[in-house]
Amino acid sequence: MPTTFPILTLITFLPAVGGLLLLLRRDEGDSETRTLAFLFSGVTFLASLPLFFGFRNDTAALQFVDVRPWIPALNIQYKVGVDGISLLLVLLTTFLMPLAVLCGWKAVERHLKAYYACLLFLETGMIGVFVSMDLILFYVFWEVMLIPMYFLIGVWGGPRRVYAAVKFFIYTMTGSLLMFAAILYLYIYLGTPDRTFDVELLVMRLRGLPFGAQMVLFLAFGLAFAIKVPVFPFHTWLPDAHVEAPTAGSVVLAGVLLKMGTYGFLRFCLPFFPDASHAVMPLVSILAVVGILYGGLMALAQEDIKKLIAYSSVSHLGYVMLGIFALNLRGIEGGLYQMLNHGLSTGALFLLIGMIYERTHTRDVKAYGGLAKAVPLYAVALMIVTLSSIGLPGLNGFVGEFLILLGAFEANWLYATLGALGLVLGAVYMLGLYQRMAFGPQPARAAAEHPLEDLTTRELCILAPILTLLFVLGLCPNVFLRTMDASVNLLLAHLAV
Amino acid sequence: MSPTALALVQDLRLFLPEVILVLTTLLVIVLDVTPVRKSHRALLYLTFCGLLLSGIYLLRHYVDLRESGGRASSSNVLLFGNSIALDPFAVYFKGLFLLVGLLTGVLSIRYKKLNPAGEGEYCVLLLCSTLGLFLMVGSRTLLMAYLGLELVSIPSFVLAGFQRDSRLSNEAALKYTIYGAIASGIMLYGMSLLFGLAGSLDFAAIRHALEGQTELRASPLLLSVSMLMILAGFGYKIACVPFHMWCPDVYEGAPTPITAFLSVGPKAAGFGVILRFFYQSLSTHSGGGDWTPIVDQLQWPIVLSVLSVATMTVGNLAAVAQTSLKRLMAYSSIAHAGYLLMGVVVLSKDGIFAILFYLAVYVFMNFGAFLFVVFLHDLVGSEDIEGCRGLGWRAPFPCIAMAICLFSLTGLPPLGGFIGKFYLFLGVIGRELYWLAILGVLNSVVSLVYYARVVKAMFLENIPRGEAEPLPVPFFYSAAFAVLVAPILLLGVYWAPLVKLARYSSSIFGA
Repeated sequence: MPTTFPILTLITFLPAVGGLLLLLRRDEGDSETRTLAFLFSGVTFLASLPLFFGFRNDTAALQFVDVRPWIPALNIQYKVGVDGISLLLVLLTTFLMPLAVLCGWKAVERHLKAYYACLLFLETGMIGVFVSMDLILFYVFWEVMLIPMYFLIGVWGGPRRVYAAVKFFIYTMTGSLLMFAAILYLYIYLGTPDRTFDVELLVMRLRGLPFGAQMVLFLAFGLAFAIKVPVFPFHTWLPDAHVEAPTAGSVVLAGVLLKMGTYGFLRFCLPFFPDASHAVMPLVSILAVVGILYGGLMALAQEDIKKLIAYSSVSHLGYVMLGIFALNLRGIEGGLYQMLNHGLSTGALFLLIGMIYERTHTRDVKAYGGLAKAVPLYAVALMIVTLSSIGLPGLNGFVGEFLILLGAFEANWLYATLGALGLVLGAVYMLGLYQRMAFGPQPARAAAEHPLEDLTTRELCILAPILTLLFVLGLCPNVFLRTMDASVNLLLAHLAV
Repeated sequence: MSPTALALVQDLRLFLPEVILVLTTLLVIVLDVTPVRKSHRALLYLTFCGLLLSGIYLLRHYVDLRESGGRASSSNVLLFGNSIALDPFAVYFKGLFLLVGLLTGVLSIRYKKLNPAGEGEYCVLLLCSTLGLFLMVGSRTLLMAYLGLELVSIPSFVLAGFQRDSRLSNEAALKYTIYGAIASGIMLYGMSLLFGLAGSLDFAAIRHALEGQTELRASPLLLSVSMLMILAGFGYKIACVPFHMWCPDVYEGAPTPITAFLSVGPKAAGFGVILRFFYQSLSTHSGGGDWTPIVDQLQWPIVLSVLSVATMTVGNLAAVAQTSLKRLMAYSSIAHAGYLLMGVVVLSKDGIFAILFYLAVYVFMNFGAFLFVVFLHDLVGSEDIEGCRGLGWRAPFPCIAMAICLFSLTGLPPLGGFIGKFYLFLGVIGRELYWLAILGVLNSVVSLVYYARVVKAMFLENIPRGEAEPLPVPFFYSAAFAVLVAPILLLGVYWAPLVKLARYSSSIFGA
């Protein structure tokens, strides 16, 4: 479907342009810097809305495609496009970014220009990953994203930020370099006339790849994605990164970055290596279940709120993986839907924790209590997000988890049952967290000296859109699920061959 | 005049870039005893002029070659009784060397430790060394390769010890000399053995002789020994394991611009000679740009691939522990010799092309990093990672430029270094050397550890107490960093022109 206006190119590079502008501007005061950053991310979001309204649900083909030759000698193209798998993820990114920019309004004081420039470069990288339809282009964006995130954690993070930043960098780099070798192998394998990095063409041309090669390549790609997700044994960078990152960093990390791993499985691993996908399905499902339970148990034991949420992310992404590797319509759509849910609700949780942290400067659960009385608006917001996170019907989390478990039962009842146990754990730690923070006695010292301020207008403005979306996604899921159907069916068709 | 002499004189016309270098050298020597020497850096600027003029004539050769053949063939010009080749391959390298010479000069402009009284000598030695590099890559015979190599080495020994009052610099010179003498001695012995076996010093003639001698092919022990001995000399130039021991000490002690010169110039020339020798006399072209070792029992690619892995692993692992920036860059340059060797062992024109491409990017990355060392020494007075602490916020532009160079050396997109590695690995995987590719990739991860440490010190660590105010950066540095970083960024997003150039230049190894 040729389009006249390269809208995807626009929204991909607009933030980077903003970032450059910020860096090159002479110092003119902090509020201009903030406004400019917000403006760029906001305009990017507005510019991305036509994607949703102009998206055609009846086709699995790529839409809003923009193709240009880049290095013709190697068949490398600049090719961007969206389909049902990436559409909502792009929107999630553009939606979360203005909020992430807003949430650092007060808390970030050092090196503002660089901070916002990093956020905006990061946005370009993330959108780029979701829209690239050429493996080299994809790899470029995938790596480009690392550098601003490294700086975000390392410069504006907490006390152990340097350790966390380096760990994050090295973990992800290890995986992605192996993926790089695998990409080159794919290219060579195709033989001279067929060589291409075009994702759509690769899906067709890789038919009949021998099983052994499929397995090796699946593992090379899969490792990069598994580290990013993170799947159970590769998750150790996540709690560190989450805890040390500044609020905006955590929001982006939880909201978007973790989705890249699962997106990678859907976009590359499953369609490229269908036989291998079927073969590793039990292994991945087991790892996913282990992740769900392990993440849940670890979350139960945390006293640091951010760490608790970090482990809950491990658990939630376990669900996404379980859904995807059910390899059926419900599972995959549930997984995709849960990616959105997790992005929104965990993003919101990090925003809320960031807000209270700005007031109290502690993330220790024990330091809180009686928030329901002291800051009622805040407590309500936290309540909604908590319930969404544990999957209360009517809110978004329910739809995703329900679909995933349906799909997983279809595939294998054992994994599904074990996975469902995680739901109970989720309820225990999330409600426990809420109970400890919102009710119970207020710590006497804190109450007397510093009465907490309730949500400000700015904070309400940040939270309102997310909370609204939590309900919208919970109440009318079909609006969103519809967009996925065609593409997921096509994916399943590839898998069935 | 006899016909031979006439031919030699005629060949001089095609030798003009080198002749200009020689004339510049002489001019500098003469001017060094006149009052000109008193004016600041005048001789250095004269050297620039000489290099640029030589570049203009080199460009003319390039244009002539392109027009005459379109594609280079066996009819490439051979000069001075077939001992020097003027082909696109040589021209490409010579262009790189001129760039290296110029950049070394640029780095020297503000290098404080450089004694103004010795400026003339410095320029002369630099020019001689550059001339040696020219001869090395053009060589078609073992003798010319040896002459070129020594012409590079001997001035470099002096240059490494140029700060006579510095103990480290003296140590560097001494180590470099001793290692160099031993390496070239071993190499000469190897060459004499090969001469005994093949009866010629000419690369092509050696191949011809080896193809014919059946008994030699049956027991290639002597041939292997001589090959290994010759490799010692070349390996010393490119600083590959196990001939790398001199590298860290020399890099640390030598004046920083010279360190930068050594890390790129002789290394590139070493690869030029290795490619010519191993491909033109120890391999046969099996069509389509692929090559096979000439003697089945003499699998030199295996030797070199083991060396390649050892080199990158040793370089990367040792670099992790360094605190001095110059030592870190020394080990990084060892590691890069390992990556580049991957391109030699694949025995295909793609591998050679990848080396040429990578070397061009490597010039900019390495000189950028060494410019930062000069900058750091000039403004902060340190050459250690410790001295970079918090500098990113005090002098943002140079630090961002340094970070770009380091990330590019790691091979992160969208920077030139990524594209270079892309082609290297493409060549390796194309030849199904998966183990080599995997080890190379893992090595890149290790390299990230130490490159990121510098970035970490610059941006992530706190500024030492009492040094929070911004550092005024002289215009010279901003301009120089911009000039060095721009190609790295540009080649990361649009590299087709360089591909064209490198492809054409490697076409003498099969189109």
